[in-house]
Amino acid sequence: MPKDHGIGASPKRREDVRFLTGAGNYTDDINIYGQAYVHFLRSDVAHGKINSVDTSAAEGMPGVVRIFTGADFEGVGGLPCGWQVTDRHGEPMQEPAHPVLAQGKVRHVGDPIAAVVADTPEQARDAAEAIEVDIEELPAVVDMKAALQDGAPKVHDDLKNNLCYDWGFVEENKAAVEEAFGKAAHVTTLELVNNRLIANPMEPRVAVGDYSRATDESTLYTTSQNPHVIRLLMGAFVLGIPEHKLRVVAPDVGGGFGTKIFHYAEEAFCTFAARQLARPVKWTASRSEAFMSDAHGRDHVTKIELALDADNNFTALRTETYANMGAYLSTFAPSVPTWLHGTLMAGNYKTPLIYVNVKAVFTNTVPVDAYRGAGRPEATYQLERVIDKAARELGVDPVELRRQNFVTEFPYATPVAVEYDTGDYNATMDKLLEMIDREGFDARAEESKKRGKLRGLGVNCYIEACGIAPSNLVGQLGARAGLYESATVRVNATGSISVMTGSHSHGQGHETAFPQVIAEMLGIDESMVDIVHGDTANTPMGMGTYGSRSLAVGGSAMVRATEKIINKAKKIAAHLLEASEADIELKDGAFSVAGTDKSVAWGDVTLAAYVPHNYPLEEIEPGLEETAFYDPSNFTYPAGAYACEVELDPDTGRVTIERFAAADDFGNVVNPMIVTGQVHGGLAQGIGQALLEGAAYDENGQLLTGSYMDYAMPRAEDVPFFQVDHSCQTPCTHNPLGVKGCGEAGAIGSPPAVVNAVVDALQRAGKDVTHIDMPLSPSRVWAAMNG
Amino acid sequence: MTKVTMTVNGKAASGDVEGRTLLVQFLRENLRLTGTHVGCDTSQCGACVVHVNGKAVKACTMLAAEADGAEVVTIEGMAGADGSLNTIQQAFQDHHGLQCGFCTPGMVMSAAALLSENPKPTETEVREYLEGNICRCTGYHNIVKAIMAASGQDVGVIAAE
Ligand code: FES
Ligand code: FES
Repeated sequence: MPKDHGIGASPKRREDVRFLTGAGNYTDDINIYGQAYVHFLRSDVAHGKINSVDTSAAEGMPGVVRIFTGADFEGVGGLPCGWQVTDRHGEPMQEPAHPVLAQGKVRHVGDPIAAVVADTPEQARDAAEAIEVDIEELPAVVDMKAALQDGAPKVHDDLKNNLCYDWGFVEENKAAVEEAFGKAAHVTTLELVNNRLIANPMEPRVAVGDYSRATDESTLYTTSQNPHVIRLLMGAFVLGIPEHKLRVVAPDVGGGFGTKIFHYAEEAFCTFAARQLARPVKWTASRSEAFMSDAHGRDHVTKIELALDADNNFTALRTETYANMGAYLSTFAPSVPTWLHGTLMAGNYKTPLIYVNVKAVFTNTVPVDAYRGAGRPEATYQLERVIDKAARELGVDPVELRRQNFVTEFPYATPVAVEYDTGDYNATMDKLLEMIDREGFDARAEESKKRGKLRGLGVNCYIEACGIAPSNLVGQLGARAGLYESATVRVNATGSISVMTGSHSHGQGHETAFPQVIAEMLGIDESMVDIVHGDTANTPMGMGTYGSRSLAVGGSAMVRATEKIINKAKKIAAHLLEASEADIELKDGAFSVAGTDKSVAWGDVTLAAYVPHNYPLEEIEPGLEETAFYDPSNFTYPAGAYACEVELDPDTGRVTIERFAAADDFGNVVNPMIVTGQVHGGLAQGIGQALLEGAAYDENGQLLTGSYMDYAMPRAEDVPFFQVDHSCQTPCTHNPLGVKGCGEAGAIGSPPAVVNAVVDALQRAGKDVTHIDMPLSPSRVWAAMNG
Repeated sequence: MTKVTMTVNGKAASGDVEGRTLLVQFLRENLRLTGTHVGCDTSQCGACVVHVNGKAVKACTMLAAEADGAEVVTIEGMAGADGSLNTIQQAFQDHHGLQCGFCTPGMVMSAAALLSENPKPTETEVREYLEGNICRCTGYHNIVKAIMAASGQDVGVIAAE
């Protein structure tokens, strides 16, 4: 019987009621009396020298309050980067300035040049059109390899060149890896592109700045996954506002997928302008603006080589990747191709020697940063593609080749700095094979053939490092922030509970899942527990939600705080029951004395804490509220096996996904319904990457995919019903819930399954196609078949 | 500025709008009915779907002035007078057909229009009908399932919850 409450149950989501009735409170739904509106004038060239910005005509337009340009921000800090990578030679990465409004030069289409604040959005937009900007267009660098050539135009004149860093990992292993390649019985090589994506949460970004002269306090309402991080970065590095005078609120947020982690110029602008004008200032991105100002994702060009011995054991792996940083360093950009990518190159396999080289490159494009999976999809894709190719070259079953090389003993220290605590890759593979009916494939392929179609099956594995992250470890790796999470559990006098957390929900259902954990620990009803998040004014400093961390790290903080609550409550109960604390047991929401029928209810204990008439005042303080900060000792390692079955129309090159199955090991699962939903969403994004999505620039740096007309989002027709299973569970060994995180898995594991399936379909049809770059659009597939 | 008057969720509503004011702006800004969302500027996403005279319409493609005199229903008008969810809304909650909730009002309004035209749609028909509604969170699985369930079909056979 599935449980009907607590950990492992699937209660309906409580947040749904407001979303289903139009009562959600998203940032754009917030309007402050007297607010003005800002419109950003953005560069329409990719690279240029700003000769002048003449605002005189625009100043006099109706409703204009004030026009800001780069000059207004000269005394203000730039947008900071939160991660410093050290290169192969021990040198720090090149780190350019990132002004709030462009100063001197524009560096990508969409770079903000001026900001018009007016009484209405229409007036702001009209006035922006009247600003005269004289820009001397400069040659743009778009292609990464071209950007690194001698004499290439420089994105940042004050840097040596366009190379942000040249990173080697693990540099000390380089010689040993080369030697292993020299001795290999077989080497498989694959060159591929991990296509540039745009996260596209359905809610565009919004910022509302407010300022109170009475208290000298600034408030920013923003579409953020991590309001405390925004407060720290913007307050300390950009605007110089101390935390106690700065409040950041992220209310209901309409999806994030990474792109709402970062601190953006528009947030700093609205906060700054509200202070300058002593008037609320609101900005709502149009979708077109989102395309050219939200950080993009992925965009790696990679060569990967896999060495095998005569028995098909993996002996070494070597990669060379070019990673696009875009025109500026977005908040966590440098960490994505390095610590979130290089550390995952072992995958699920016991390859003893690995060397990863990454060259991060500045180009005249929108900054690139974390997008669902961040670095881990790039690692998984290249590894799982090269293994598939190796299996074909060697004429062995791709599943068996994987199994033969699986890590089977845990803990397992990889040669790329991380230690897997637990896992069972054969179990998820077994489960997957059971789900997909591999034996029935030939019959299905035959049936497709009758209709003139080709059918293919692709299988792959994935592993990811989640529960981001142990602060001391990431500190050594260049993080400029800690990555703990916090929780305050406030038990009210009559026994209800408010839990304040630094993590944030933008679709993940925290308001439903987190109470399941606390209610289970206390034996009370979930409806007595409420989650408070998204406002720095009433939550403890915490790092927010990304990297599949909220339950593994934030949930662990809640467990720790609740344990403190239980300890104190037991002391109070012992006093009330005139018993020894050691004899007190908490069960089903009541405290009892072991071996007796004496007990006191949860509500009586909580009331005593706040009405301490009969209370051990000499021993403990009144009140029942505890805070915990939890810093994980390791990452968590969700892993699994995915399979995709495609049908391909040889006349058009069109690929359809016929079946998709995912067998994941997320460790323990708190709410299976929510976990399944997270996987569904990730799969659609991964299938989107594999078949449909791709941000494209022309050679002049014009964004060719600037709206939903040109950027193909997965729609209901593009995906099938998914088969999802998470019954294989090897609990995480180092967090109190034994959970691993599930938010990114679907997007990490699915692209290679799709591409493996398409290559399989073509090879079965006798086509000599070993790889096609994503997105596998009909024209690319057709060209590969007929080329 | 011109004055427009319409019936919104059964109540008379009026306001002064510019010629270029869109219906979605009128609903959100003038009437503060913020359940109708704006997810794009090219009429592609469907976050703004409302019913105008009984038909599903993208409120970002219609001027407020064009809706003068019309009967408009938004997501705020879908639940019962006592706040209880209607069949479609309830099915979305029961089948986890929403995550961040941003596309949800448009999805519910489109689903209602679909079921009034086609009371028992097949999976393919649901997916085709949702061509103009983008959801980035759910992968559509549970949305399609919820709509089929709301139409009274047995969705127990559809893969895992
Ligand atoms: S806002 Fe109307 S279709 Fe996107
Ligand atoms: S639930 Fe977030 S976009 Fe659909």
